[in-house]
Amino acid sequence: MSAITISHGGHGAHAGAHEGGPASKRIIVAYGFWIFLLSDIVMFSAIFATYAVLSRATAGGPGGAELFNPTSVAIETACLLASSFTCGLMSLAINEEHRTATYLSAAVTFLLGAAFLTLELREFAGMIAVGATPQRSAFLSAFFTLVGCHGAHVSVGLLWLVVMMAQVAGKGFKPRIMRRLACFSLFWHALDIIWVALFSIVYLMGGR
Amino acid sequence: MARPDAGGRADPLSGRARRLIDGRIFALAIASALGGCSSGVLDPQGPIASAEKTILLNSLGIMLAIVLPTILATLGVAWWFRASNTRARYLPDWEYSGRLEMIVWSIPAMTVLLLGGIGWVSSHDLDPPRPIPSTTNPIEVEVVSLDWKWLFIYPDLGIASVNRLTVPVGAPISFTLTSSGVMNSFFVPQLGGQIYTMAGMQTHLHLQADKPGAYPGLSAQFSGDGFADMRFTVEAVSPDQFTQWVTATRGKGPALDPKSYAALAQPSEAVPASTYGAVTQDLFQAIVHPNPPADSGHAQTHKEN
Amino acid sequence: MLGKLSWSAFPINEPIDIVASALMILAVVAILAWITVKGWWPYLWREWLTSVDHKRIGVMYCVLALVMLLRGFVDAIMMRSQQAIAVGNAPGYLPPEHYDQIFSAHGTIMIFFMAMPFMIGLMNFALPLQLGVRDVAFPTLNSVSLWLNASGVLLTNISLVVGEFARTGWLAYPPLSELQFSPGVGVDYYLWALQISGVGTLLTGINFVTTILKMRAPGMTYMRMPVFCWTALASNLLIVAAFPILTATFAMLLLDRYLGFHFFTVDGDGNPMMYINLIWAWGHPEVYILILPAFGIFSEVISTFSGKPLFGYRSMVAATMAICILSFLVWLHHFFTMGAGADVNGFFGVMTMIIAVPTGVKIYNWLFTMYGGRVRFTVPILWSLGFMVTFILGGMTGVLLAVPPADFVLHNSLFLIAHFHNVIIGGVVFGAFAGYTYWFPKAFGFTLHEGLGKAAFWCWFIGFYLAFMPLYALGLMGMTRRMQHYEDPSWQPLLLIAAAGAVVILVGIVFTILQLVVSIRTRDQRRDLTGDPWDGRTLEWSTPSPPPSWNFAVMPLVEGEDAFWRMKRKARAEQGRPAEAVDYEPIEMPVNSATGFITAFFAVITGFALIWYIWWMVGLGLLGAFATTLVFAWREIEEIEIPVEEVARIDRAYRAGLVQ
Repeated sequence: MSAITISHGGHGAHAGAHEGGPASKRIIVAYGFWIFLLSDIVMFSAIFATYAVLSRATAGGPGGAELFNPTSVAIETACLLASSFTCGLMSLAINEEHRTATYLSAAVTFLLGAAFLTLELREFAGMIAVGATPQRSAFLSAFFTLVGCHGAHVSVGLLWLVVMMAQVAGKGFKPRIMRRLACFSLFWHALDIIWVALFSIVYLMGGR
Repeated sequence: MARPDAGGRADPLSGRARRLIDGRIFALAIASALGGCSSGVLDPQGPIASAEKTILLNSLGIMLAIVLPTILATLGVAWWFRASNTRARYLPDWEYSGRLEMIVWSIPAMTVLLLGGIGWVSSHDLDPPRPIPSTTNPIEVEVVSLDWKWLFIYPDLGIASVNRLTVPVGAPISFTLTSSGVMNSFFVPQLGGQIYTMAGMQTHLHLQADKPGAYPGLSAQFSGDGFADMRFTVEAVSPDQFTQWVTATRGKGPALDPKSYAALAQPSEAVPASTYGAVTQDLFQAIVHPNPPADSGHAQTHKEN
Repeated sequence: MLGKLSWSAFPINEPIDIVASALMILAVVAILAWITVKGWWPYLWREWLTSVDHKRIGVMYCVLALVMLLRGFVDAIMMRSQQAIAVGNAPGYLPPEHYDQIFSAHGTIMIFFMAMPFMIGLMNFALPLQLGVRDVAFPTLNSVSLWLNASGVLLTNISLVVGEFARTGWLAYPPLSELQFSPGVGVDYYLWALQISGVGTLLTGINFVTTILKMRAPGMTYMRMPVFCWTALASNLLIVAAFPILTATFAMLLLDRYLGFHFFTVDGDGNPMMYINLIWAWGHPEVYILILPAFGIFSEVISTFSGKPLFGYRSMVAATMAICILSFLVWLHHFFTMGAGADVNGFFGVMTMIIAVPTGVKIYNWLFTMYGGRVRFTVPILWSLGFMVTFILGGMTGVLLAVPPADFVLHNSLFLIAHFHNVIIGGVVFGAFAGYTYWFPKAFGFTLHEGLGKAAFWCWFIGFYLAFMPLYALGLMGMTRRMQHYEDPSWQPLLLIAAAGAVVILVGIVFTILQLVVSIRTRDQRRDLTGDPWDGRTLEWSTPSPPPSWNFAVMPLVEGEDAFWRMKRKARAEQGRPAEAVDYEPIEMPVNSATGFITAFFAVITGFALIWYIWWMVGLGLLGAFATTLVFAWREIEEIEIPVEEVARIDRAYRAGLVQ
């Protein structure tokens, strides 16, 4: 019998375990969150597919090339990528259990994320002002939904970040707080990856 | 098998069958099923329906050849190896046999190989948009599904009808189909397979009736409260009768123009069959691609709960 | 203030509706009053509603499923009786606007609120036990999943009393489900109920995948996992990969309905066909989400009651994973009639047939599992045999529908209805009942009544054939689904037989209820003291029935497949030797949490408010849910320690019982 044997890390929590046994809480939480992110990416894929199908369905209304402002989007992208970098710095600070550095990098991450959102909302407002509302055409419905869904994720991320900082302030670097912070950082990086896909497909390919 | 008369009376077989069996419900089910061929897909009246029936039965036959022995073997093995049977051998550790595994994978694989071939080839042969080879010129019919009735436009003949489709026997009918709003499925069981009707899109279907008769047609895709009455009749008549019908219809009665179409498109149920003596040119295309206003007032015109 | 909600939302003028509503309200009030009078609330709250124990949660899922089985079955009886009489000019007793709600509700309830909770409940109960661990990966999240599912159930049932349910069929195809054609709240009830319960299901999927991949007893390698764990893994991977598609699709339809977007509308260049593609990209995996765990249950049952290991374990695993992957490549066979072209239809037809290969392999493997066995004809094995026979037929008609030209004449007909009931009743429902009977003694410590169980099985089995074989014939006769009335009188005899079949199934359901009642009343005679009533093979039978909340006093050490069978064999071989002293340790268990229940409470508030456009209440509900999350995040105590004496006391008592 060709058994596949995998050894799991950390059996400290379960003394008496021989080979293998359940993984440690840290691994389980991170793994579960990975699977959640995977499912989130599947959801985005469905919206991406819809956007691709509807990208020419403008119902006589404006298309991407007329609406997108490459400069603004480039700044947005820069903000988000930079925030991912500062989020990485935050992870390092958390590993060191360094409070000030954690707060500082979290604050910068928050500001960059907020700047991204502000620019995105300005873009939306500008489009709506010229009549390019999501009600105008199927293309615009898909555009607002895809970009808006990412924006909603960023908003949730910002809220989460605030809550986490309050937790660090109130409870310190307890293992379970550290696990949640690790999940947050996975989430934030995943949003970056989705944005890169979104930027390429919507703005680079659709802006022409 | 006999075609039903207009009243939909069951044919003698099922009538006799029904008298035979009181209480033996299974037998009744089978007999009625056979009797039921009288108006369904097992009583084809055209080349497409015949071909589809043949494929259906062939596929069924191929599978039954595997399925029936498997069912019997399942019951047989379970019964023979019942715990109380002392003659059955007990093999508490027997859990693998390479040879058997090979067979176990290959039986369904071979069956599927055969069926897959049938599926692939027939899917091309009987693709709905594929014209029926024929020496007779095809009749063009444009079909619009409305809430809740069917509109048939004969673009070359300049006439149209509602809920009754008259066609000549022996001529291929080339359908182009769309919907006014909700999706439906155009289906005449005795003439062959169905196709969806979808707003803003056109689908294509080719059917042909070989024998004169009245064949029931219906929508096979639920479309709202009036769905059950979304029936129509296909009247297959001889070519002469068809010409007569066209002459009798043309110029008589109302004309189908954008205005009368808009009136017809209002939701209504159980609509009696009728005809239009004239049809505005390219009305069908106007239905497929209506001009915006993007937010039309249809929401108000549609039936409220 | 109350959005679209007004007195006209209550079915005051519809006698059937008002009676049904009144009965339902009466039943709910009676049950609540009974609990209050008996003073059971504290117990219920402490031990069940706030429990994060996977076994308790599993049981609650199954209870939910059984109750919804009754609700969905009432719908079925109404449809069958309507069609039995509404021939020619007879309108029957259900007007279209009511009949349309009934078939929509029947499908929605049976799939989302009966089959799904039943399978998830059984997985919840059995998975950690089979894996030899103490709980799932995220116990509190598990409770959240349960209660979100219950929220969907509640919203769907509220629609019976307040407003209406969808009249669009169970998948709510646009454009029919768009505001333009369905302006009422029915579709909104449908969408929000399924969105909320769908989130619960997705969380379950994440939870179980993590549990199976990261939490197994020492020595439990992948190829030593019971097959039920494999099928559960496949099923939950499918949940993780498919349910987000459903969420996205419903979200788009909601945007269309609420904010005037144009995803699937007729105007604005919307594309309703995309909805149909997306919904089936979820929908086809969904049927495998349901059937795969059932396959696992049958594997366990057949192996156990044949007294043999499963034949071709590796084949079984390969077949399961093959189905898992292939299930994403067949969705288009649900709409060959859309006119996608011969190549596309041909490809998806062939793919669909290919998926029948691993399924066929499973059937043969079960057959060879019985071969050379000592088959005990208990209730679970009856369900399994009934399944094998029925499912082979259903699979065959499924492959028939995969041949595109055959599908052209059978699509949306009663033949199709017969086919999927053939596989869902014959597969999922039979599997659920097999699992229910099989694991019941483990969950409650006493077995179910055999005779009544057999009576229930035979009624279901015969009733199924009576109810659905005529539908195959009717489909061939050209009868389509969802007809409120019909013209052709030659259809009526078969529809009468089908109605009779539904009545026989009803008798089966009555027997199921009777079996439960009688078994509970006679539980003292049917106690399972050994924890192993069936001579089981997997780890769940190595614990007391019912197991303590920590499942295993000591983590089991797995040395091969059928771990418990090996342990028993080894124990027999070593008989007479003094038992080794067991080295007990204190156990950390997660504490109860009201998070799930309260989250669900706010989810219902939010959902209801969204359905009726009561915006202030939406805000309130969301705020409440957020606050609940914060309270959970700030809680200090996550686990309690079970003292070693407690663990030892219970385990020693159990072991002492074994020796007797």
